[in-house]
Parts: sequence; structure tokens; C-alpha cells
Amino acid sequence: MTAACPACAAMPPVEDVVSDPALQFSLPTIHCAACIGKIERGLARMPGIGHVRVNLSLKRLSVEGHVDATRVQAALTDLGFEAYPLDMAALTNTRDDEGRKLLTRMAVAGFAMMNVMLLSVAVWSGAEDATRDLFHLISALITLPVVAYAGQPFYKNAWSALQVGRLNMDVPISLAIALAAGMSLFETLNSGEHAYFDAAVALTFFLLIGRYMDHQTRSAARSAAKELTALEVHTAEKVTDNGTETTPVSSLAVGDRVLVPSGARVPVDGTLTSGNGLMDRSFLTGESAAVPVAAGDLLQAGEINLAAPFTLEATAVGEDTTLRRIAALVETAENSRNSYTRMADKAAQFYAPAVHLLALFAFVMWMFIDGDLRHAINVAIAVLIITCPCALGLAVPAVSTAAISRLFSEGFLVKHASALERLAEVTHVVLDKTGTLTRPAAMVPEAMTAGERGVAKALAQASHHPLSRALLEQLTDTTAAPLSDIREVAGQGVEGMWGDTPVRLGRGHWLEAHFDGLGLRIGTDTAHQIEAPETLRDGVTDALAQIDLPCEVLTGDSEGPAQALAKHLSLPVTARARPEDKLARLDALAAQGERVLMIGDGLNDTAALASAHASIAPAVALEASRNAADVVILKEDFAALPLVLKVARATRDLSKQNFNIATIYNLFSIPLALAGFATPLAAALAMSISSITVLLNSQRMRRVK
Amino acid sequence: MNVLVILIPVSLILGGIGLVAFLWTVRSDQYDDAQGNAARILLDDDER
Repeated sequence: MTAACPACAAMPPVEDVVSDPALQFSLPTIHCAACIGKIERGLARMPGIGHVRVNLSLKRLSVEGHVDATRVQAALTDLGFEAYPLDMAALTNTRDDEGRKLLTRMAVAGFAMMNVMLLSVAVWSGAEDATRDLFHLISALITLPVVAYAGQPFYKNAWSALQVGRLNMDVPISLAIALAAGMSLFETLNSGEHAYFDAAVALTFFLLIGRYMDHQTRSAARSAAKELTALEVHTAEKVTDNGTETTPVSSLAVGDRVLVPSGARVPVDGTLTSGNGLMDRSFLTGESAAVPVAAGDLLQAGEINLAAPFTLEATAVGEDTTLRRIAALVETAENSRNSYTRMADKAAQFYAPAVHLLALFAFVMWMFIDGDLRHAINVAIAVLIITCPCALGLAVPAVSTAAISRLFSEGFLVKHASALERLAEVTHVVLDKTGTLTRPAAMVPEAMTAGERGVAKALAQASHHPLSRALLEQLTDTTAAPLSDIREVAGQGVEGMWGDTPVRLGRGHWLEAHFDGLGLRIGTDTAHQIEAPETLRDGVTDALAQIDLPCEVLTGDSEGPAQALAKHLSLPVTARARPEDKLARLDALAAQGERVLMIGDGLNDTAALASAHASIAPAVALEASRNAADVVILKEDFAALPLVLKVARATRDLSKQNFNIATIYNLFSIPLALAGFATPLAAALAMSISSITVLLNSQRMRRVK
Repeated sequence: MNVLVILIPVSLILGGIGLVAFLWTVRSDQYDDAQGNAARILLDDDER
């Protein structure tokens, strides 16, 4: 596709053509040409980089070359963009073949429609006799193969519905297309005055637009699910006789010894075999403090190793891990959600029989009035074409496609096709605390000298503890001091040598200081206390202020941090809530008739996320939680959260409006068709205008703020 | 009316060319990043 251009010749040839598979990153915050330019130019300067390409629609970056994923990620962070690496194995087959086929059918139908219309206009404006017959014949030659090819999705659906003895929207559609084409052919061969070829192709074309949009919505949901799976890298370091080897988590067996690097998630359930460790269990329990573990302790998949690398012996793998068992529970809860009837389906249940009855009524009525079979069939076809749910087939897909792309551009992935309709019905919001509303932060005391800051930075860099990470965020301008012998003491902190002085960053009593929390001690000086309050995630306060529904917080954390949050946000907070308690609270709310939106990230929220009427999870959440959620927030920032509810409500309102528009058109045109006044021109106009009105009305989604 | 003999094939052929061109754009991945393509035209590519 890259056309030869004069400038290309001046470019240096890329040496040793890259053989590595392209690395893929999710970039939730990119939104404009400047972002593309900044990233592509910025990365092109990195050594070893081959080809860099940003896809703005998918908010994805693909990088080829001999480079390390973590280095690219660091470079992206330096450029000011959030970036998450994606697992290539989970992203395979991203090409959307079904969508392409629909697009091709749409193009063929559109081409045929324009040419047939051209000929029809001549007939409408007065072509007669041989000329009219010729035009009808040419129209037939174009129309018949085109509707046979382009209408296939409708025929297939209609056939499979009829086979099980049911009616769906595709039955009247297929009937209308087939009858219109067949009857027009008959009229043409008998030199009839009216032929509906233009209506047959126009119907196919407009309905294919609706079908394509519907497919886009679904495939957006499907690729969202794929992207979420790809956010997690599914490999583990298996310990073998000669070192370690990287294997897929799925191939681990009970008894295997697995190395868990610091900062990584435990891949399978197992017992700790080496030394001590410090685990972040907030995903499992909601507890914000890290938990120290000793050799022989049982670890569960999903916990994060905060201290030095350790090995564990697998006791449960695959479907047997605690994580998977909870995920399986979630799937059971999900099934009830899948039975939710979407608005369009509800309309179809009522509409499909009505259309058939009306056409049949028209046929019988005209058989009684003038007994002319040909005329009666013509009127019945006109009724079918006009009432045919052209606008109805577009009403919902057009709006939800617009809504989902609107939300995606704000950093939200909508995973469930019916999610927007359920979100619009929400009356109560329940939030999780740790990891969702709050994240750890550290306050560097004013009294610290530049040298001490450098030491703190060097020590913090050696640890994956959330507090160290938070401290690093405060020390971005500081240069790390040159330290040696850096060593992490599990459950206590990090220590090292600064020249000849021993330095320590860690718990107060380990530093022999008078306080409990985080501190820094240099040699024998008095330890500096580093305050580490939990801070709210960006945008949380704004978002909560804008949500016009009652909110409450359920957390597994202890009273202290929970009450601090309650005071800060002035929301009701329940502390020490176990997963069962969260579920019970949701059930109680549901029993009161509330429709609950659950927002949470941890495994302790997963059951609640799945059983709530609608649910939202941040992208950093555990895979099981993300899978249970309807919508995933890709950005760090929560400020746009109220927009999800607004867009969901706008989706419902615009869909209803579209239904009403379609109904009003039908109210006008059905009597005309029944009375036998619906000429092909009138039918084509009624159908096109109502479809276009519905499409235009859906574009108002862009204005939702 | 003899002009129709020329005009109708001409309109069909022109439309057909349009259709083939569209099918080519679909086959060659040109609809994979519509937003990106819209934005890229604003990029100043001279320094690359």
C-alpha cells in the first residue's frame, strides 16, 4: 500500500530485515494526529526499532524490530502516554472476515441501487412502452443476481428461524426482497407498468447498512474481550535442571517448580519453597497492607510478589486454581445476564408477526374488492416493502455503534452487547475501595535533603512494593544515588550501602525509629518518616460529584482506612466486607428493587461484578474481574465515569426516538399502501427517507457530554 | 433514443469501475484505521 514516493528513496534502507514478531501495545490515551506523530517519531529514534505504526481507531501500537517490550513501554511512558503490552498469542486472527464480507455485499447492493434508480427515474418521469420495458429488463438483469448475492445474510437467518418454527425480523425481509424481485420480473415479462426492482435493491442496501453496524457493535465487543485477554501475558518461568524456561501457564503441571519474579503475579496455586516473601493480596481480599509469608505457606494464583524472586511448587493448576473456580462461579452468574432481552429483539417479537398479518390482510382485502390476483399481490408486496423494518433494523444498531465508539474514544471498552441498555437502567452505585477508588501514595517530607532523596529513590527502585512505586512517582526529578549491595528484606524494607554508610528504607521498627509506617534511615542519623496516605485515583471526586445516583462503598479493608475514605467522600462505607458480604449487600439492594451498578477490581469483587445489574472494572483489575465486568476503563483517570451513564441513557433515549420515527413513517405510509396508492416511487421514498432520518438522528450521540 | 445504446453501457461500466475500486480498497486493509487515516493527513512528515 505504501506508494513509491520521492522521499522514500532518500530513506536509509532498513538493514537486516526484522524477523521478530511485532510487539503490540494498548494506548488508551491517544486521540489525535499529534499523538500519532509524537509516538511514531519518538520511537523511531530508539536503536533497534524497525517499523512503528499507530492505529488510532483501535488505540493500538505495533512495533517491529529487535527491541525489548519493557524498553518500548518505558519510552512511551516518557513520551507521556499510558501503554500496556498486549500478548501476541491472544491477539491472533484480528482480521474481521465477516465484516469484510458484509461490507462487500453492501458495496455491491449500493452499486446496483444507484444504477437501478437511474433507470427507474426515467420510468417514473414518463418512459413508455418499449423503452420502459427495456429499462425494466436491464433493471432485472442487475437486480436479480445482486439480491441473490447481497441478501444472503437475511435468507440464511430467516431459513434457520423457519426451520425451528419461529419468526424473526429476517423472515419478512427475505419475503419482501424475494417477492418484490419475483413479482417485478413477472410484470416486466408481461410489459407491466410498475416494477419494484429499485425497492428490492434499496431494501437490501439499507438493511445491510444496519446489519454491518450491528456486526461492528458485536465485533467491537468481541475484540474488546480479546484485547483484555491480551493485556495479561500468559507465561510462567518454570524451573528446570538447567535454569529456567518460559512456558505457557496452561502447560504447567502439579509438582512443577515455578520461579515468580518480583512484581509478578503468582500463576498457579502452590506452596512457597524458598525463603520468605511479601505478598499483595488486595486483589483477593481488598486488604491494602502487604502480607508477609514464610516457606511452606500456601499461595493462591493472582497474588503479586512484592519482594525478592522466590520459587513455589504448584499444588493446583489450570481449572483447579482458586482463581479459576471463582471465574467459573462468575460464568454461572453471567448466564442469567445473557438471557436479558435487548430492546431490538423485543420490538422484533412484536413486529414480525404484525408485518405478515398486515400484508396478508391487504391481499385478502383486495381479492374481495376487485378479485384481481395480480393487483392484490402487488398491494401486498407494497405493504411488505413499506412496513418492512428498514428503519427498525437500523434504529438500535446505528445508535449503539455510535455510543460504543464514543465511549471507546474516551477510554472505555464496552464488552457486552446489552451492557448499554442495562447501564441506562441503573439506580444505585456500589464501589470497591482498594485499587478502584484509591491507590497508595507517599509524601516526601520537606526536611529531606537532595542527597537523602537520591538514596530513597535508589532504594525504592529496587522494590516492587506499591509504596516504593508511589514514592518513585514523587521523586521523578531526583537522580538516584549510586548504591551498592542493595537487598530486599521481606516484610521489612530495602537496604544497601551508600559509599560506606548503610542505608535503609522500610518499616519504622526495622529502622529502630519511634514510628510504625514507612521511613528512611541513613547511617546512624534519625530516621525520616515518609507519610503514606492512600490517595484517591485521579478524577474520582469529580466523577462521584457528577453521578446523580446514590453511591456507597463496600471494602474488604479494615475500619481505619475505610472511615478515612468515608469522611473524605462523605459516602456510606462498609468495612471488612468479605466477598460473600458484598454479594449479600447487592442481593439485598436487588430485593429492594434497585438496579445496581458495581464498580470494582479485585477478585473479592468478582462475584459482585457478575451478579450486579451492570458492572465496570479498571483495566488494571485481575483478569477474572475484567471478564465479569460489562465495561472496562482503560485509562488511569476516573473523571469520565459519569459519561458512561450519560451515554448509556442517551443510547436508550435515541433508540426509542428512532423507533418512534420509524413508527410515524409507517402510520402515514401503511394506509397509502393498503389503499393501493403506493407506487414504486412512493415506496422507495418512504423507505429511504425513514432510514436516513434514523441514521442522522443516531449521530446526535456525538454531542452527548 | 439511439443514444441510450451508448449511455446505458457507459453508466454501467462507470459504476462497475467504482465498485471494483471499492472492493480493492476493502481487500487492501484501507478501512482498518479510519480515524488514524483522517488524522495522519495533518502530520508533517518532512522530518522522517
